Amino acid sequence: MERDDIIEYSLDAHHSEEAGKAIRKKIYFVTILLTVITCIEVVVGAYWKEWFPAYWNVVKLSFIGLTLVKAGYIVATFMHLGDERGNIRAIILLPYALFILYLIFIAIWESNYVNWSWNTFL
Amino acid sequence: MAGEASKALSNDVLWGGGRSPFSISYGKMMMWFFLVSDALTFSGLLVAYGFVRHSTTEAWPIGEEVFRALPGLTGSYPLIYVALMTFILIISSVTMVLAVEAGHRMDKKGVIKWLFLTVIGGFFFVGSQAWEWYHFIHGSGGYITTTEGAKYWVQNDEHNTSDPANAKNFHLLRAENSSYLQGTKVEGAEALAIWEKRVNYVHGANMTRNEYGPAQYANFFFFITGFHGFHVFSGVIINLIVLIMAVQGVFHRRGHYEMVEKTGLYWHFVDLVWVFVFTFFYLV
Repeated sequence: MERDDIIEYSLDAHHSEEAGKAIRKKIYFVTILLTVITCIEVVVGAYWKEWFPAYWNVVKLSFIGLTLVKAGYIVATFMHLGDERGNIRAIILLPYALFILYLIFIAIWESNYVNWSWNTFL
Repeated sequence: MAGEASKALSNDVLWGGGRSPFSISYGKMMMWFFLVSDALTFSGLLVAYGFVRHSTTEAWPIGEEVFRALPGLTGSYPLIYVALMTFILIISSVTMVLAVEAGHRMDKKGVIKWLFLTVIGGFFFVGSQAWEWYHFIHGSGGYITTTEGAKYWVQNDEHNTSDPANAKNFHLLRAENSSYLQGTKVEGAEALAIWEKRVNYVHGANMTRNEYGPAQYANFFFFITGFHGFHVFSGVIINLIVLIMAVQGVFHRRGHYEMVEKTGLYWHFVDLVWVFVFTFFYLV
């Protein structure tokens, strides 16, 4: 039986040659950005402690920041989430962020306490 | 991107029934929901890793000291191999997004070309991971402990761990701090005498102990990179199936290449997870 209740959104998802050029330009930009960030991370991660032993914790935090930048570009450009409607963006990202931010908070809090307990009582 | 998602529609039309309020097809939405649940799993693993690392009172291994070998080369190349793996995965993600873009132009040849390169990149990544596991399990010589409680790193030129004392250029490094393979060199008869007095010889890595640090370190390495590697492997297989379908012209007859987009979402997700594994397991 032929179904007539399915809307094929994909049939509308085509674009022209010129639009394709602009999209490819954006893809190459993100590629270069991701490569440069990864190279910086590797060089800093491998040699920072030899060159400048101080501020290692600041470097670690900046690694996490750079990772979030990379993740943002992958999700927004490669996975096209930036091109979707705002409501689908919200139902993908908000529940995830809610769970994980709490998980990170409670894991840091509790692991601090566990570490303190081992150091104090063992 | 052209299409339904960029059309300005009032809420009455969007939520009025008879259409997806998200302007997204059923298959794509389900792929996104699956990816969210999978992301929660991976986040759980990485947070568990952070919990153990933060709460332990033992010294935790440092990524750039443990991962510094390249296949077929001696010497120290901290993080270079992992960086290469990361680069391969990023590039295969780029070829995937180019395949999706070609699909939007109904360019069958472009889709086939870019999907083929994506599959090749995926195989390269899985192969690199196999070598990394091999090297991690074999180790760089291991260490012994003596009756006095001193710790010595065991070294020789052949990476021999079954009979290291008779291998070429056998020597020991007396460990003074927790740094991996760092210490004062002990050679010749003195080294052999210490080797004979050993209480324990730990080399390589398994689920109960490893030469790098606490047992959980190797356990998390195997579980996190293994779980990710399994995702990459299944992604390669799915990409291969979609490539064959594209070659057969299934999507061209269907009038759209949405299947490439859906497998693309999965493939980019695998890349996304690796970005986090790279940071939290190898860098910080």
